[in-house]
Amino acid sequence: MTPRNESGDVIRVEHISKRFGPLKALTDVNLSVRRGEILGLIGDNGAGKSTLIKILTGFHQPDTGQLFFEGEPVQLRSVSHARSLGIETVFQDLAMINELPVYLNLHLNKELVHTPVPFLKRREMKRRAREALDSIGINIPSVTAEVAQLSGGQRQAIAVARSVYSNAKLLLLDEPLAAMGAKESGLILRLLQQLKQRGDISIILIAHNYSQIVDICDRVNLLQHGTITFDKPSKDTSVAELLELVHAEYRLNQD
Amino acid sequence: MAEALAGKHTRPQPGTPAGGPPSGRAVSFAANAVRIKELSILLVTIAAAIYFSLTNAGFNSAENYHTIAQYVAPWAIVAAGEVMLLICGEIDLSAGFVFTLSPFLLVAFYHAGAPLLLSLVAALVLSGVIGTINGLIRTVFGLPAFITTLGMAFLLQGLSLILSGGSPISAPTDGWVVTWFGQGPWTEFAWTVLIVAVTQVVLSATRFGIYTQASGGNPVAAAESGIRTNQVKVINFALTSTLAGLAGILQGTRVGSYDPTNGGFNAMFFAVAAAVIGGTALLGGSGTIIGAFLGALLLGIVYDGFNLTGINASAFPLVLGIAILIAMLLNVYLTVMRKRLSSPKGHS
Repeated sequence: MTPRNESGDVIRVEHISKRFGPLKALTDVNLSVRRGEILGLIGDNGAGKSTLIKILTGFHQPDTGQLFFEGEPVQLRSVSHARSLGIETVFQDLAMINELPVYLNLHLNKELVHTPVPFLKRREMKRRAREALDSIGINIPSVTAEVAQLSGGQRQAIAVARSVYSNAKLLLLDEPLAAMGAKESGLILRLLQQLKQRGDISIILIAHNYSQIVDICDRVNLLQHGTITFDKPSKDTSVAELLELVHAEYRLNQD
Repeated sequence: MAEALAGKHTRPQPGTPAGGPPSGRAVSFAANAVRIKELSILLVTIAAAIYFSLTNAGFNSAENYHTIAQYVAPWAIVAAGEVMLLICGEIDLSAGFVFTLSPFLLVAFYHAGAPLLLSLVAALVLSGVIGTINGLIRTVFGLPAFITTLGMAFLLQGLSLILSGGSPISAPTDGWVVTWFGQGPWTEFAWTVLIVAVTQVVLSATRFGIYTQASGGNPVAAAESGIRTNQVKVINFALTSTLAGLAGILQGTRVGSYDPTNGGFNAMFFAVAAAVIGGTALLGGSGTIIGAFLGALLLGIVYDGFNLTGINASAFPLVLGIAILIAMLLNVYLTVMRKRLSSPKGHS
C-alpha cells in the first residue's frame, strides 16, 4: 500500500469491484483525484461510469476494494454521509426548486434566520448569494429571479455554485453539458475554469465531448467494460487519441 | 395600472446584456405588477365591489359588509390551510367534514362536563389528529391525498351524522368563550384576519414556509437537501384540519346551532376555489394565503351581490365556475408573461 495521502489525493479508489447479480459492473478499478484537479471520465454507455459515480457518492457500496477520502480509508454509508464529507453530485434538473428564487435555492435547508424570532434573513441571504455567485464569476440577472426563469445553463451553474457554497471538496458532474447549446456550455466551462483557479475544489467530469474534456480537464481516464484502461494527463493526449481508443473498442465489439 | 398596461407594450430589448436587469422602467414596473400575483385578483375584487355598489343601494352598508364577512370567514380560514397543502403538493378533501364534525366534538366534551374552553381546545386537537392521520396515511402508505382524504371525508360525514343524531343541536350560548368565538359581532372575521396574517407570515417568513414550497415544487430536490418533506406534509395536513375545525365551531357558534349538514364538500371546494382564484398552483410550489383570502372575498362579494340583486342563486355556481376557469387561465398566462418580462433575452 502507498503511504497515506502522499500525493494530496482528495479521493482515491483502490481495486474496487461491483457486480449486480451476474453482471460485472466494475472490476478492479483504481482511480484518484488530487486537490484542485479536474479529472475527465469518459467511456461508452454501459462501461460502468454511473456505477462508479454512485459508489463515489455513497449510493452504492462496492463489493470489494477500498475508498480513501483525503487519505483516510472510508466506507460511504449513504449519499448524505458522502455529502457530509464534502462529496457532492450536481444534477441538472433534480437539484433546483423552480418556484423559489436563486438566493433561496442556494440556501436550501441552510436558511439564515433571526434570533430569537426565527424569521428569514432574506437581505443577508441575498447578499451572500450575490457574493457567492460573483466569487466564481456566475452572471445572472438577479439573485431574486425565480429559478424557473433561468436558462438550463444558468440553472446548472447555480447548482454547481450551491455545491461550492456548501463547502464541497469533490464535485461529481455527470454530463453537465448534455443537451446544452454552445453558449450555455461555454458558461459552464468558464465556471469550471474559475473553480480550477481557486484550487481547493476537485472535480470529476463525465462528458462525451472529447474536445471539451481535453480543454478543461487536467487528466483523462477511460473506463471500458468496468475497468480503467487509460489514464493520462490531458496535455499528453489528444481528441484524436481518445476517439481512436473508443473506436478501437467499437471495432472489437463488431468483430 | 396605466403604466403597467403601457409597459406591456414596451418589449424587452433583445440586446440587453445577460448580466443586466430587464431594460426600462416601464418594463420593470410591469414585471413587478405581474409578479405580484395578488394584484390582479385584488383589482377584480374591487371592480366587483364597485359594480355591486353602483347597481344596488343596499350594498354599501355596515350590515351588508357584515354579511359578506360572514360568507368569507369559513372559506378563507379553510383556504388558509388548503393553500399550504396545495403548495406542498397535497389537498385535503375532508376539511369540510372536519368543519362539520368539530362542533359536535366540542359538544360531546362539554356535555361530559368539561369547561367550554377546554372542550373547544379538545375539539381542535382532535381535528388536528384527523389531519395527522390523513398525512400519515398519505406519506407512510403512499396513498394519493385525493383518495386518502376522500375516504376520510365520507368517514367524517358518517361520524358527524351519528354524533348529532342527524339533526341540528343548539350551540352553547353563555360566557366569554361563546362571545369571543363567533357570537360577538365580527369575532369570526377577526379570527379570519388573524389566521390569514399568521399563516401568511409562516409561509413567507419562516423556514417551514420555504420547506413547504420546496416540498411541492421539487420533492426530490427538497429531500436531497435534507428537508423532511413527509414531516412538512403531515404538519400541513394537521394545520388544515385544525383550521377547518375552528372554522366550523366559529360559524356554528355565531349562528347559535350546530348543524350536521353544514360544511361538507361545499365548504371545502369553496375554500379550494378561493385558493385557486387567488393564484395558488394546483400542482404545488407556489401560492399565497392573502391571495386565497382575496379569492374568498371576491366569492363573498359576488354571492352577496347576487342575493341583493335578486339574481337566481342558481346562477352563482355558474359564475363561480367561470371565475375558476378564468383564474386558472390567467395564472398560466401570467406565468408565461412573467417569464418573458424577466428573461434577460426577452424571448428564451
